[in-house]
Amino acid sequence: MKSYDAIVIGAGSIGLPVALNLAQHKQKVLIIDPEHGPGQQNNKKAIGGVRATHSDYGKIQTCLRSIELMSTWHETYGDDIGWLSNGYSYPAYEEGDEQKLKDLMKIQLSFGLNIRWLSPREYDEVVPGINMKGLRGSTFSADDGSCSPLLFTSSCYFQGKKAGVEHAFGEEVIKLDVSNEQITKVITNKATYTAKTIINAAGNQARKIGALAGIDLPVFPDNHEAGITEPVARFFGPMVIDMRKRPGSANFYFYQNVEGQVVFCITPEPPILGIDNRSTSEFLPMCAKRMLEVYPRLRYLKVRRTWRGQYPMTPDGFPIVSRSAQVTNLINAVGMCGQGFMLGPGIGELVWRIYANDLNESDLRVLESFKPDRDFSGMEAFK
Amino acid sequence: MQHRLSEHPILPVPQKQDIPFYWNKQLVYAKDGEMISSALIANGISVFGHHHKDGTAQGIFCANGQCAKCTVIANGIPVKSCMTKVLPNMIVSSADGLPSIPKEVPEIEFSDIHELETEVLIIGGGPSGLAAAIQLGSHGIKTLLIDDKHELGGKLVLQTHKFFGSEEDSNAGTRGHEIGKLLAGEVSKLASVEVWINSTALYVFSDKKVGILKDGEYQIVSPKRILNAAGAREKFLRFSGNNLARIYGAGAFQTLVNRDLIRPTERLFIIGGGNVGLIAGYHALQAGIEVVGLAEAMPSCGGYKVHADKLKRLGVPIYTSHSILSANGEETVESVTIVQVDNKFQPVKGTEKSFQCDTILIAVGLDSLSEFTIEAEQAGLPVYAAGDALEIAEASSAMFNGKIAGLLIAKDCGAQVDDIPSEWYQKAEVLKSHPGKIKGYQNHESEEGVFPIIHCLQEIPCNPCTTVCPTNSIHTEDGSLMAVPLYKGSCIGCGKCLLICPGLAITLVDYRQDKEFPSVTLPYEVCNNPVSVGDSLPVVDIDGRDLGSFPVVAVQSNKTKLTQLIKLKIPRNLAKQAASFRIQSAEVSAKLDKAIIPESLADDAMICLCERVKAGEVRKLIRQGITDLNQLKAITRAGMGPCGAKTCEVLIKGLLREEGIPTTDVVPNTKRPVFIEVPLEKFPKVK
Repeated sequence: MKSYDAIVIGAGSIGLPVALNLAQHKQKVLIIDPEHGPGQQNNKKAIGGVRATHSDYGKIQTCLRSIELMSTWHETYGDDIGWLSNGYSYPAYEEGDEQKLKDLMKIQLSFGLNIRWLSPREYDEVVPGINMKGLRGSTFSADDGSCSPLLFTSSCYFQGKKAGVEHAFGEEVIKLDVSNEQITKVITNKATYTAKTIINAAGNQARKIGALAGIDLPVFPDNHEAGITEPVARFFGPMVIDMRKRPGSANFYFYQNVEGQVVFCITPEPPILGIDNRSTSEFLPMCAKRMLEVYPRLRYLKVRRTWRGQYPMTPDGFPIVSRSAQVTNLINAVGMCGQGFMLGPGIGELVWRIYANDLNESDLRVLESFKPDRDFSGMEAFK
Repeated sequence: MQHRLSEHPILPVPQKQDIPFYWNKQLVYAKDGEMISSALIANGISVFGHHHKDGTAQGIFCANGQCAKCTVIANGIPVKSCMTKVLPNMIVSSADGLPSIPKEVPEIEFSDIHELETEVLIIGGGPSGLAAAIQLGSHGIKTLLIDDKHELGGKLVLQTHKFFGSEEDSNAGTRGHEIGKLLAGEVSKLASVEVWINSTALYVFSDKKVGILKDGEYQIVSPKRILNAAGAREKFLRFSGNNLARIYGAGAFQTLVNRDLIRPTERLFIIGGGNVGLIAGYHALQAGIEVVGLAEAMPSCGGYKVHADKLKRLGVPIYTSHSILSANGEETVESVTIVQVDNKFQPVKGTEKSFQCDTILIAVGLDSLSEFTIEAEQAGLPVYAAGDALEIAEASSAMFNGKIAGLLIAKDCGAQVDDIPSEWYQKAEVLKSHPGKIKGYQNHESEEGVFPIIHCLQEIPCNPCTTVCPTNSIHTEDGSLMAVPLYKGSCIGCGKCLLICPGLAITLVDYRQDKEFPSVTLPYEVCNNPVSVGDSLPVVDIDGRDLGSFPVVAVQSNKTKLTQLIKLKIPRNLAKQAASFRIQSAEVSAKLDKAIIPESLADDAMICLCERVKAGEVRKLIRQGITDLNQLKAITRAGMGPCGAKTCEVLIKGLLREEGIPTTDVVPNTKRPVFIEVPLEKFPKVK
């Protein structure tokens, strides 16, 4: 029976950076994932946006660190991950939205976020040709950005391998032996392993893995659809997020990635719970209409591909990151609510500090937002 | 060089109005209704832009809207030139690097998407889809037949040669493009069948709805059953220089030549000796294009021997056990290098030969277009497949299994349909047979009277010669469709068998007037290379070996069959061997003095043309243990381009095979909507 310092369950947006961090600290790490390679569930479906523009201290701090890591990744590791400091924007077309965004900005600024309000004319300069009718202005967070989930994940995988991470692909965890509040064995469909610490980074399957250890993690995936266009010369800057609700959908967003392709995604309303990766006929007409209403210049862009993936949601839209109280050698880093990719690098370091019992003051404040014993009744403003 | 065909031996050349437009600021002319790509090629333009990744030249590739290599900027908008019609005074420019989108766009008005319900949706109006529609329509079942082309018939439309198979089941002996019209005509009479041309299925969604782009408008169709009759796609090859402009498949070639009546090349080299490659070579000759040669990696051509013989006899060398090593040139093809391969398909050093040519046609096999079947299954919709979408075979087979599929679906829909006789299934099997044994010539001792010499020596599913003979003197060996035909009886010299034979593999020897110099009648259909009485023609035997030059004594044209019958006087000892005459001189096929061998070969080849990913890059990852196409895609972008891995998937799988990875370890690409790239404005239906 092979034994490790740590076993990470899930080779996705969270599992890969976590494993990389642990291995860089000389820990013997195994990642277990049922897919054939890294990032093959929801990681590869991520849109690629990376923002610190959140509403709470935990996510803002974690993502500020992610942005720091990702924007310097090429210098650190030599791997191109397609980082682009293109910023994020939340245009407001309704008075209420403008007020909400401006109120939130006060909190965001207090947490150290670089965010400002653009007048409609200023916004038209960063998103030339945006629909000005009824536009009241927009937030603009210049330091936010984007990078390729595929390249970032590949880099994490190869760098992890270099640092000694072992990978058990095509293996599914089917049983966790627990005794004396400790996981003693990790049993997959192929082998049995032991480790001092187990990290649950199982995304969609987080709840199932929790249940194997006898704990209930309120993580419920819901479905989102996304698409990507052909590449064209850069014509607008930031991610555009339209927070308005329309029949059938809540918010939607799009940006132009480093390749010049416009990537877009919509949140169905009411949510479509469960895991179903099949595409529906409703997505493209609904999303395209909303996109063209806001940004008519997109009309001639050809849609290249669409796909469907899940946000592993918690009831309040905040992740669960913590050492388990019931099973003390289990660390959960789950329920990323569709933000695993942008939270991943920051969470990777955070989980290392949880693992090493080396939490600093800011970490403790961050973990307040992510603690599992909260009442989940709040609601993240930017969910 | 004249790039437009002014005449064609088989196809009518309609007079069309000239439409002026601008290419990179220069005034040029298209024909009314022509796609931009065809108009450009007709004006001698084959480089349409330069790839944004590596700056290399791009031109037409699929001619079918599947890739984006033909992208140009038309009136300010990046478009696929093969799918966009020229408009008067259109301003077209090359797409060099990433195109820009317009700054100002007209105001958008939205309207509702049209939704339609139907009992059966047939995707593809080629031979199998049409045959199925005829059955469904004659049982009164509400059917929608869609096809992405401007005319029904599928690949039949592009086939100028007469068809194989049996007359009774698949119109054998009639030319492909005419069969297409016949079937389409039958379908048009059926009240319950609605036909949409210019309509591309984009995806069968999980809510059992099919997204279709019809004449540029997005429509949603909810069928109860689907028949996937979408045909096949061509495989591409991995070789050094495979990204040069002027390398494309037979489909693109036939579209340009036989649909648009354009001569896209002066000197063509063909890779692949299956029926597709062989027929494309013949089509090239009919369009007045020099066919420098044809290379086939196997020791013999996989296509019908009669097709190969036709090419050889007209003067096209066929290099068996030869593969392409490289396409050479700066931006477009300037020459090709082929090399002999051993029994493991490895190149034999020192056997490289280069030929000057301006275009390379790749015809190395087809893959069933199975997407719609898989999508429908995932959506839980009952789905059938017919034709090439089911299994790659000849069109004759597609028509027959389409007919069976149509009846089965009709039965499923509750129509009164008799049980399908078991012989039908047997016949369906026979029609898709690969060519069988090669036999020797029939022994003809007689030097009296008149009789046919049948140069059709290979077992193929074809028999129109046996049904056309008025004296019932031609039969296949055992009466089956597959066996070779033999003559026994009382020929009256009518020539009907010559005119109907798709292989042009029957000649008529007539000793009645002159026993020493009997007349030999040869079928001929390259009449753009005209033959007149008094000409002395270099006559050849079945394999293209010279028999000497002999005079033409009569030329008989046949208005309905279009095959000419050329009568020559040939000495008694050669008369029975005479199979045809050479029209292309040996100089056309001369190799270059020195073979051109690029320095780095294997890893230089492009594996993903869309994203410009080289074989070496992918090979390196495979050697690191990555055998999941999704992961290879994530790292290299191979498969992320406009064609949606339609080209590279096969090439990557080939590379994995070459690296010794068992097929069971290879994880295929995940397929996603949409089938072809579509502008965002099409989905919300902008007015």
